[in-house]
Amino acid sequence: MYKYDEYDHSIVAARVEEFRDQVNRRLAGQITEDQFKPLRLMNGLYLQLHAYMLRVAVPYGTLDSRQMHMLAHIARKYDRGYGHFTTRQNLQYNWIKLEDAPDILAELATVEMHAIQTSGNCIRNISSDQFAGAAADELTDPRPWAELLRQWSTFHPEFSYLPRKFKICVIAAEEDRAAMRLHDIGIQIVEKDGQLGAAIYVGGGMGRTPMIAPLIKDFVPFDDFVSYLEACLRVYNRYGRRDNMYKARIKILIHELGADKYAAEVEEEFAAVKALGIDPPRAEFDRIAAHFAPPAYDADAPDTLDRSDPDFAVWLDQNVSAHKQPGYAVVTISLKPIGGIPGDATADQIDLMADLAKAHSFDELRVTHAQNIVLPHVRKADLYALWQQLRDAGLAEANLDLISDIIACPGLDYCSLANARSIPLAQKIATRFSDIGRQRELGELKLKISGCINACGHHHAGHIGILGVDRKGVENYQLLLGGSGAEDVSLGTITGPGFSEDGIVDAIEKATNVYLAQREDGERFLDTYRRLGMAPFKEAIYG
Amino acid sequence: MGDLLRYRDDEAHEEPAVTLDAFLGQSNATAVRIESGEDARVLLPYLDRIALVEVSFPKFRDGRGYSTGRILREAGYQGELRAQGDVLVDQIPLMRRCGFDSFAPEAPVDEAVLAASLARYEFHYQAAADPAVPVWKRRHG
Repeated sequence: MYKYDEYDHSIVAARVEEFRDQVNRRLAGQITEDQFKPLRLMNGLYLQLHAYMLRVAVPYGTLDSRQMHMLAHIARKYDRGYGHFTTRQNLQYNWIKLEDAPDILAELATVEMHAIQTSGNCIRNISSDQFAGAAADELTDPRPWAELLRQWSTFHPEFSYLPRKFKICVIAAEEDRAAMRLHDIGIQIVEKDGQLGAAIYVGGGMGRTPMIAPLIKDFVPFDDFVSYLEACLRVYNRYGRRDNMYKARIKILIHELGADKYAAEVEEEFAAVKALGIDPPRAEFDRIAAHFAPPAYDADAPDTLDRSDPDFAVWLDQNVSAHKQPGYAVVTISLKPIGGIPGDATADQIDLMADLAKAHSFDELRVTHAQNIVLPHVRKADLYALWQQLRDAGLAEANLDLISDIIACPGLDYCSLANARSIPLAQKIATRFSDIGRQRELGELKLKISGCINACGHHHAGHIGILGVDRKGVENYQLLLGGSGAEDVSLGTITGPGFSEDGIVDAIEKATNVYLAQREDGERFLDTYRRLGMAPFKEAIYG
Repeated sequence: MGDLLRYRDDEAHEEPAVTLDAFLGQSNATAVRIESGEDARVLLPYLDRIALVEVSFPKFRDGRGYSTGRILREAGYQGELRAQGDVLVDQIPLMRRCGFDSFAPEAPVDEAVLAASLARYEFHYQAAADPAVPVWKRRHG
């Protein structure tokens, strides 16, 4: 994975000092909260219901054991002994004191981490495929492209006060594990005439007006990559709406302008920008890519497995994925224990995952947008011992992509924007469907909960989505069916009137019963819904 | 009203800036003011006779002027480029990178804080409209 050189270290160290100075000026009353807000936001510090929340960047979701141990250390020293892995592949702490924040950033900098641009109206942490470098189906490792963009976007002088936040995702496989087309810019690395380049999708997003990003350019060669993105952002910075924060995302600009007109504007801007010489040379790409070279696999690693322990076999089938290297596998550690808080991990669990990565996964971990942790390169021969250790720590829930593998935003328990609680509902649903046999019978079923229309819990992209709203002072939950954040991307449709907390759990059960009764061979819940349409589900839920 | 901060060696331009419409309608103006929603590119045919472009920042959150500055500099504009309005001390280093070389902030700026923040970053990752050498160029010559 990427290692800082002197320049990266210098920039992050300067940022720590800058933020320390900004906090000191705030604490001394030299700047107002209104003026401080965009400064702290650009460093991932939010004021929430009860305390400050600090969001730490995990660029493209990749980190090593040393960094993971630091996250555990900070959870113990400055927070309440746990952290929350987010849908942006980051980690956030919920109980931070403002005056501690500069020291936390200084500690993070010692392990090449930071909180730069994890919030604010700027280019956010770049997200990517959590199986990058390991996936059997990838064209190339997307992370060198993502790291190139991390550097380009860090403290970008022109794009630090955009109309609204800006999220970029880079993938390089046909299977989309990162919800690429639901980003402001989604990039798929593709090959054309033997050369790698980028297919650029612009204007996707969730929030109150969900949109799937249209293709703006089918191939941008490496030599034009940064220039082209600079042009995409400049058009947005100049013409994106600033009169209404709910209409300020680039998806609204694309929607109002039309994808063709936007693409034409970008081409015109690109012609001007390309002449500036702002594209890094191929040598820089090669320097970065060398950090992502495959680890030293054991070519003789046995490719067979002993499946005689039935509990282990269930976990293998559910949470272990194919690796490109024979004898190795990709392990997803579920942070969704039945009845737990989706994405939360204790400091002890974080330390254990770090130790396991060091021992069994070439010192590498990944955070997924579904709020789980991946050990990307595990010898098949090590899987049983690994599983036993995970089981003993409460980390062996075999529910990857099943109904209890729920994405949930922090909701009204933490968030100042939320209308309804998400976490207790996730706990109730998982408890209702806790039987693993029943979950496996239901198969792949992505359930996502947001506690308000900002859609941090990705409810539009859930096979089953839930949106919490406030209905005359009472929490109410709307049900959506048919969304997907994968390569078969689609937006869910609301079934009808909303439900109480208990009512929505019953409604979900009724919807799954329709699926079980009417599915055809090999169909997932989503496939059956797409074939049958809403009517039979609606009848079962409201009839 | 804060003091005018200048990072140029020449004398400050005395002529008041006229609106973009007025500038386009009169041939002899040498100073022009651009509102944040206006297109700087209409000035490109006239750059060699302009001595001052004042770019309005009505709210510190409105970042359109950063693009305006770069577009003018990238087109070869050499005159004074002034950021006027809700310009905060923490934004001035970014504006300098976008080519601004004078500042007329509405509220006074603490010069010690500003000097420290202008000196803080030794390196920058990306190329912009200032002389800073991007990190990738330092790495590869």
